[in-house]
Amino acid sequence: MTNDQLKEKISEWVSGIEFPENKQYLEVLVPANSLKKLAELLHNTPETDFDYLISLSGVDYVSHLAVVYHLESTSHKHFLVMKVKTEDRENPNFDTVNEIWRTAEWYEREVFDMFGIKFNNHPDLRRLLMDDDWVGFPLRKDYKDEIKMIER
Amino acid sequence: MGIKIKSMKNEDFLDNSTLETLKETGDNFFLTTIDDIVNWGRSNSVWPLTFATSCCGIEMMAAGASRHDFARFGIEVYRASPRQADVLVVAGTIVHKMVPILLRLYDQMADPKYVIAMGACAVSGGPFFYNSYSVLRGVDQVIPVDVYIPGCPPRPEALLYGVMQLQRKIKSKSITNPNEVEEK
Repeated sequence: MTNDQLKEKISEWVSGIEFPENKQYLEVLVPANSLKKLAELLHNTPETDFDYLISLSGVDYVSHLAVVYHLESTSHKHFLVMKVKTEDRENPNFDTVNEIWRTAEWYEREVFDMFGIKFNNHPDLRRLLMDDDWVGFPLRKDYKDEIKMIER
Repeated sequence: MGIKIKSMKNEDFLDNSTLETLKETGDNFFLTTIDDIVNWGRSNSVWPLTFATSCCGIEMMAAGASRHDFARFGIEVYRASPRQADVLVVAGTIVHKMVPILLRLYDQMADPKYVIAMGACAVSGGPFFYNSYSVLRGVDQVIPVDVYIPGCPPRPEALLYGVMQLQRKIKSKSITNPNEVEEK
């Protein structure tokens, strides 16, 4: 499928989405409540068949937190970048995509560990890299550590 | 007896001449000759530990390879065991998860042991690890360091220079008080 066909298909499925222009890959900005639905459709529909989650990463844009999903279809060879944002810094949470792409289980644990973004219905949401008793989320822009960090 | 290192000019040391003044003639003159012999042996067979955590390790390997060949100065073979090593060249970034391993290696080394902090990461926490939760702010936070070599990474020549400085430092020590160089 070409990017335009993909755009058309996605606009049919969910409402309230945006397609930012001039990006390397086709990018789609999804509202948090339709993330799970879109992910399932992208994975299960034979024409799109996004069977490979390349990466799942958290981003702190200071004004909001985001999660970025890089998707690829190994059969159709097309790419899609899916982004979801929230302005809630206290208790950010999104639906998990763990049962759609199993690799998301540890990616989501890492994003939780570094950014404190919770994933609803995740089977085992623990810290992945840091110690279990670590306080704070170190990759957030407002993270402070007087002893260990060299401020700049 | 002045300390001379082969093929280094004396004026290179002018900005750092305090080490010689530490070992001015004074007491224990019976032992000075033995000191000279022991220090001659120690300073000319400083064996480094095979320990490199990032790109400085590549420069350290280059310093050991044929072009720069620091075996010329007696920094002979890389030892894979800390029991056989004399100098710990901290070549690279030390993150907080690496600290216990570094400490264990340092503790396992037999006295007399020396530490060279090689590169900006080991000296001070790195040129670009600001606002980082994971990187140690210089290896001297956890173990005593004898020689600091700045650079990112330092060229092999810089490591050679640092190793020569370490040899000078070793030559200014005394067997009666091996770990401390006291000012007289």
